[in-house]
Amino acid sequence: MLTEFGQVLVFFLLGTVFVAAGLAFAWLIRPHRPYPSKLSTYECGEEPVGDSRIRFNIRFYVVTLIFLIFDVEVVFLFPWATVYKQLGWFAFVEMLVFLGILFVGYAYVWRKGDLDWDRPVPVLPRYEKGVGVREEHLAEEELSLP
Amino acid sequence: MGLLDQRFENGNVFITTADNLLNWARLSSMWPMQFGLACCAIEMMATGASHYDLDRFGIFFRGTPRQADVMIVAGTVTLKMASRIKTLYDQMAEPRYVLSMGSCSNCGGPYWEHGYHVLKGVDRIVPVDVYVPGCPPRPEALMEGLMKLQEKIRNESLVQRPSPLATAKTA
Repeated sequence: MLTEFGQVLVFFLLGTVFVAAGLAFAWLIRPHRPYPSKLSTYECGEEPVGDSRIRFNIRFYVVTLIFLIFDVEVVFLFPWATVYKQLGWFAFVEMLVFLGILFVGYAYVWRKGDLDWDRPVPVLPRYEKGVGVREEHLAEEELSLP
Repeated sequence: MGLLDQRFENGNVFITTADNLLNWARLSSMWPMQFGLACCAIEMMATGASHYDLDRFGIFFRGTPRQADVMIVAGTVTLKMASRIKTLYDQMAEPRYVLSMGSCSNCGGPYWEHGYHVLKGVDRIVPVDVYVPGCPPRPEALMEGLMKLQEKIRNESLVQRPSPLATAKTA
């Protein structure tokens, strides 16, 4: 007799045959009249322009990460709200600590300017007159700085 | 391969049975492509909605021409849109049918004389099977047109019709 995995094998084989037979039958009977306009990419009737694989701006990456953190935070809030009455003050304090940690991160992100689309130019430490740097070269660099 | 592309000289019981099956399948699931051009499209949407309920005919709208059988040209075909409609028709899989809905797509309608920007009838770019008159047609009229199209599909056959020229010679 078949073992339980033997039944799985039978299902696997039947599934393969079923799909293959359907595809083969359709290939056998279907009309086949290709021409360039029919095979062209569907883009709502427009001529397709450019490649479908494009580069995203790297700034989306930061926004996505920040969104993910606070999205997961909300996911944690839902089960907490469900069992809130049984756990009482303990759950309340726990969640306050959790939210507090995340809020510190939020303040950090805000202060660093990651929520702005145009990030502020980082303030670089200015150097005093360096050793071995010629005077006129330094003067040029200072002029070019904004 | 394409056995459905074959045409036969004489019908027999196998071919007519296959005809019946194919036509029944095709007319019971005429899926139109989902697009509207002008105010006729509002009537088309009303026909698809619950009050008139096109779903009971097995008709529901598809978002891509690859899955569509019927193109309902609902509205004014401007010259800008005409090339797009031709492309969309080309991208549909065969067999494909076109239903021209409303005066504008039938013949240009109110833009017949002075419409410098309107195609005078969508049958100038795609072969039309059914014309539905009206400006715009009521949902009942559109359903009538779709049922006419079902009748047309029901009478299709794999048997080659004798060409009119051949019959004229023998007569």
